[in-house]
Amino acid sequence: MSPAEENAIRSSARTGWLLSLPALLILFVAAAGPLIIVVIYSFLTPGQHGNVVWDFSTDGWVGVLWSKDIFTGEWALADAHLTIFWRSLWLSFLTTAFTFLVGFPTAWFIATRPAKERALWLFLITIPFWTNLLIRTYAINEVLRKEGLMNTVLMGLGITDTPIEVLYTQTAIFIGMTYVYLPLMVLPLFAAIDRFDMKLLEAGYDLYASRMQVLRRVILPIVKPGIIAGSILVFVPSLGAYVTPRVLGGGKQMMIGNFIELQFLQGKNWPLGAALSMLLLVVVMAALLVYVRYANKGSSHG
Amino acid sequence: MAERGFQVARLPGFATTAIIVFVALYLPIFTLVAYSFNASTSLAVWGGFSLDWYAKAWDNSQVKDATIRSLIIASFAAVISTTVATMAALGTTRRRAFKGQTFIYVMINQPLMVPEIVTAVALMIVFGLIKVWLTSIGMGGLTTGLGYLILAHSAFCIPFAYLPIRARLEGMDLTLETAAADLYATPWQTFRRVTLPLLAPGMIAGAMLAFVISLDDVVITEFVKSGGQDTLPTYMLGQMRRQLTPEINAVSTMLLGLTVVLLTAFFLLTRKKT
Repeated sequence: MSPAEENAIRSSARTGWLLSLPALLILFVAAAGPLIIVVIYSFLTPGQHGNVVWDFSTDGWVGVLWSKDIFTGEWALADAHLTIFWRSLWLSFLTTAFTFLVGFPTAWFIATRPAKERALWLFLITIPFWTNLLIRTYAINEVLRKEGLMNTVLMGLGITDTPIEVLYTQTAIFIGMTYVYLPLMVLPLFAAIDRFDMKLLEAGYDLYASRMQVLRRVILPIVKPGIIAGSILVFVPSLGAYVTPRVLGGGKQMMIGNFIELQFLQGKNWPLGAALSMLLLVVVMAALLVYVRYANKGSSHG
Repeated sequence: MAERGFQVARLPGFATTAIIVFVALYLPIFTLVAYSFNASTSLAVWGGFSLDWYAKAWDNSQVKDATIRSLIIASFAAVISTTVATMAALGTTRRRAFKGQTFIYVMINQPLMVPEIVTAVALMIVFGLIKVWLTSIGMGGLTTGLGYLILAHSAFCIPFAYLPIRARLEGMDLTLETAAADLYATPWQTFRRVTLPLLAPGMIAGAMLAFVISLDDVVITEFVKSGGQDTLPTYMLGQMRRQLTPEINAVSTMLLGLTVVLLTAFFLLTRKKT
């Protein structure tokens, strides 16, 4: 390589950095940088009225799983915390599984529409995805409430005499999360099915495979990258959900997101809140790493 | 060719499931919109068509203030994020891969990966520290104002603005710029007269996405705002703790309408010409 070429490459890289600098600066100040402060805060001592005292302590991290008795000062396994973690994981898992169960047929349906119609069906899936999450959660609240649409219909049909009280239960959170995160499952599944060669189905049927066999042995293995993408895209925001459990869980059925908020408000234990935030971040990052690894594998297959 | 009556791509129950999904997706939203026109105070009983709740929402000074605040923040966030995202897109595309490019990608997409509640808590802490520091050096006047919210919104809007702009840049024909250079245009003239006009649809699309994303944000705003700085979504979240009236439905419907208009425009702008 000639010195002139080398210079050109170097100056091109410098321009690249310079042009990206303003964006990086904003992101560092108001997105990535503050995360470092959270790590620091997780190792400090809680202040009397919230905030922190600048004394090093690992109590924030210990407090994730254990809680200190106010009178005896002894640490005991915190059942309440475990319940919240378990609820978060379980509801996120259920949401992911159920969105796949209904999302797969939906994505298949869209992908097998005539080309002209397809854009419209996709648009119909995308619109709810971009509309306000709070409004969509509130819409579900209206459907599920005691005197809401669901109970009106059920009682009108004579299926039940007394209204079913679903609101402010885990079921309500599950229904709400399935509703708000469904498009995140359908879109990557659609992308995978759209690339699927339908001739493979004919080959399967020609070899006397049943529909179930074709689905299990031909379709699902090939669209697997889409399934993994969709699952991660649903699981990650479910785990960090804050608005949906707050509006549909009514403060009693907390998930990790609400639990973190609690530490910064009434709980007045900022280091614990900071430790919980970092824990959530680590779990989410691990899930995303799995995704990136699978996504790269998928693309190398073409 | 498949036999008549046997369509290979058809799987039993799939179409039915899909139709149920579409109905379930839209029914709650339609119910919410319908009840915003309900004359009755109750969310349960239909009392005839009326626009009363829209009039009430319009007269509610809290709603009006929150709406104006939301629009101001979203406008600033959209302009700022689109500007810096355009520069970053120009810096990271159409040149030989350079050292640190992956780092720039990761930083730009970072807001998409970190759970909102974590960013919200982090910003609350950092902005709190900044405010204490500003007060201590006698600049307490800077501790209020919408600047903090605008900064926070600008940051999480950057990836949304960046993606359509980058897509547009990557699909752009380089020959036009080469032609301009051949005709003795300076690099700045080429950028101003050739690149920028070609890039404009991507920038407008990016700005609209950023605007919608900013307008919809609840979690980060809820933690960053100071007292009396409610945006429309945080105002609604606060109301949901109290007795609900169809006024919330009217406010939701207006916000929903604005989003749908912007999104439709976005899709028309980014639609591939075939």
